[in-house]
Amino acid sequence: MNNEALNIFDEEIDQKGQFLTFLLENEAYGIWIGYVTEIIGILPYMEVPELPNYLRGIINLRGRIIPIMDMRLRFGKHFVDYDERTCIIVVDIEEDTVGFIVDSVSEVVTIDDDKIIEQPMMSTGISNQFVKSIGKVADEVKLLLDCEKVLRYKEMEKPLTEDEQRRIKNEMVL
Amino acid sequence: MGGFSDENVSEIFRFMHTIKGSSAMMLFNSIERVAHTVEDIFYFIREQKPTALDYSAISDLVLECVDFIKLEVEKITDKNEPDGDAEPLIQSLKGLLDGMKTEFSVDEIKEKPKETAPEQYYIPQEKNPAISLNACYHALVFFQDDCMMENIRAYTLVLGLMDMVEEIYFSPADIADNPETAIEIREMGFEIYMKSDAGYEMIKAYFDKSIFAERLSVREVDEGTLKTFQNKLQAASPSVPKIPEIDLSKDPILNEQAKTNGEMEKNTSTNGSNGQTMISVNVDKLDMLMNLVGELVISESMVTQSPDVEKIEAENFHKASLELHKITEELQDMVMTIRMVSLSNTFMKMNRIVRDMCKKLNKEVVLEFAGEHTEVDKNIIEHISDPLMHVIRNAIDHGIENEDERLSKGKDKVGHIFLEAKNMGSDVLIVVKDDGRGLSREKIIEKAKKNGILEKAEEEMTDKEIYKLILLPGFSTNDSITEYSGRGVGMDVVVKNLESIGGIAVVDSEPDRGTTITMKIPLTLAIVEGMNISVGQSRYTIPITTISESFRPQESDCFRDPDENEMVMIRGKCYPVLRLHEHYKIKNAQTDLTKGILIMVEEDEKQICLFADELLGQQQVVVKSLPHYVTTMKRINGLAGCTLLADGSISLIMDIGGFTGLRIQ
Repeated sequence: MNNEALNIFDEEIDQKGQFLTFLLENEAYGIWIGYVTEIIGILPYMEVPELPNYLRGIINLRGRIIPIMDMRLRFGKHFVDYDERTCIIVVDIEEDTVGFIVDSVSEVVTIDDDKIIEQPMMSTGISNQFVKSIGKVADEVKLLLDCEKVLRYKEMEKPLTEDEQRRIKNEMVL
Repeated sequence: MGGFSDENVSEIFRFMHTIKGSSAMMLFNSIERVAHTVEDIFYFIREQKPTALDYSAISDLVLECVDFIKLEVEKITDKNEPDGDAEPLIQSLKGLLDGMKTEFSVDEIKEKPKETAPEQYYIPQEKNPAISLNACYHALVFFQDDCMMENIRAYTLVLGLMDMVEEIYFSPADIADNPETAIEIREMGFEIYMKSDAGYEMIKAYFDKSIFAERLSVREVDEGTLKTFQNKLQAASPSVPKIPEIDLSKDPILNEQAKTNGEMEKNTSTNGSNGQTMISVNVDKLDMLMNLVGELVISESMVTQSPDVEKIEAENFHKASLELHKITEELQDMVMTIRMVSLSNTFMKMNRIVRDMCKKLNKEVVLEFAGEHTEVDKNIIEHISDPLMHVIRNAIDHGIENEDERLSKGKDKVGHIFLEAKNMGSDVLIVVKDDGRGLSREKIIEKAKKNGILEKAEEEMTDKEIYKLILLPGFSTNDSITEYSGRGVGMDVVVKNLESIGGIAVVDSEPDRGTTITMKIPLTLAIVEGMNISVGQSRYTIPITTISESFRPQESDCFRDPDENEMVMIRGKCYPVLRLHEHYKIKNAQTDLTKGILIMVEEDEKQICLFADELLGQQQVVVKSLPHYVTTMKRINGLAGCTLLADGSISLIMDIGGFTGLRIQ
């Protein structure tokens, strides 16, 4: 039993500085690998009424029903059509499983603690609310997400423009 | 009331013994002591076979003990201290036992014959100082290689020995709180020196019986050795003397014992009521299994019915896919039945309620069962026990008359309550029938008038309609409030509980012949018969039980009231229309009422017409809850859950109550 506990501990240490990076509108974001359970392509989804627009609906992931969240809409960016590069990152946070829809997934990077700086609080805008810290990899920066906040923070919902509404409508696959 | 059968006495004795042992091991002393005293009583009954006992008093006390233990266990489960005071209970038990002993003073009761029965050790508490056998023994025990937690096993061993020894010393000494000692015991064995008057045979037998012990040796030593060991322990440097070990499997005495044990086991399995072998499984795992099987069924149909496969003209392939289909179907049925639990436990619980109430109310009532092996889904059974209890309480309190009244009516002086369960289609009927005085139409009407809940003129009401009134909250014809009933809450609880699992209650009665309450409940919550509909690109499923009809209206039948509420006229009656696409803001949906379809649904006697694009067909669907994240986000009106359709797409299951409550008020 002790050994098993140690292994889990080791794994956590292994994962500590690892982040899955993905792109949203040319910005590189990072999400701690410990949250991520799998990455899948975009699937047909079922819209659920009365939810905020960034929650696109629910998908059937091998018999599990999980909600999917469009990260662009969540961050108040413009909606773009889903294509073959669009990915769903399935994350497990506490008791919830949610799929994040992102433009594309890049890679898993290791960022040491000393390369991570706290997010300077002066910036505004929706997306910055969800950025916990900033990691430097070579000469690039990755915005590291505060997943808890992405899920729990309820206030932000930017109304969709006419054009976006029309395009989302076409996106309803099923 | 008859006596106790030998079997039952032995069984209670065995159970109490197990409880005693386990609670002692976990150091729950109050439970242990209660169990011990009960065990003593049943030991006495078993050995002395006294006749004409006060069975009822004994049962009362034993039931009290069971309640006490249950309460304590509940405290422990809730991570509280089991702090119940067992003393009064133990005192009354002891009083009972003493009373029995004096009454049936089989002089010099061979109370604990010290040679044979293995159970005897724990009974002799009072050690007789007159007999100074006090020999010293040394024992060395090795546990089985894979038994783990050797220190705990050793500790249990020592605890068990406490009853029969005067002095005991063991090495390693700190087994109770030092898990490290497990390794030491594994390597060097567990060494015990003890002083006891129990006799070599008994001590040897005790060790032989202890579980997980693999090799052991017990030998008599003189007191000097014991003292040396004691000193050595104090010096805290235990070393293990080499002692020839006995391989248990080669011990003829032990083999014989094992044989008798085996026979005993065989006996109990043939005598015992539950010969089946059971394993307990986590419900979550079952749910997961059910989900997986559901997936399997869907992917099976996706494979065998895919258009590419249809083109294949190989007979073998089609045979094989048929076979696959058959197996998956059987598998699904089997998984559903795994979740099914027999009602017998719930029914048995009612015995206790009847017994307690009969005592208090001084009535004699016999509870009879039929069909108690009927099975229902696990999550439904939890909701049945409360309603059943209230119905039975009512039957005894109001229904069954007291003895004199029964005799004057020419009835048997003992009241009867029949409890019956039976399957009917996808429902289970539970019928509670008493042979009491029945419901009084006049009394109910009188009371209903007083409360102002009478909707029609009383002459117009049928008996059934009147009896239905007793299901309303706060309705009681009893003039005084008793411990059991009269507040008018009971039947309300019944209805509410049944409603929550989609069941209903029906009351029927005949004056002086008795009352019958029939509860109709669905077999399972996990599957509903549903009608799939489409609205735009979305699919919804409406539970079929709520649908009264579906139709395409004429344009002339549709109109709006001054408040712009849409209505439709059918057969001279007006019904409100709810456009699902408007309500849920679904795009690309049919907006012309005459081109789509109206589905009239009803719940709580309120009707509403839902407007959808088209009907997709009727199907049994497996209910899944919406993801936790979605439900915490918002409680969506009118959605009960979701389900997977045969093509793998998702459909949302509607909760019609959410709509009918919405519009018609």
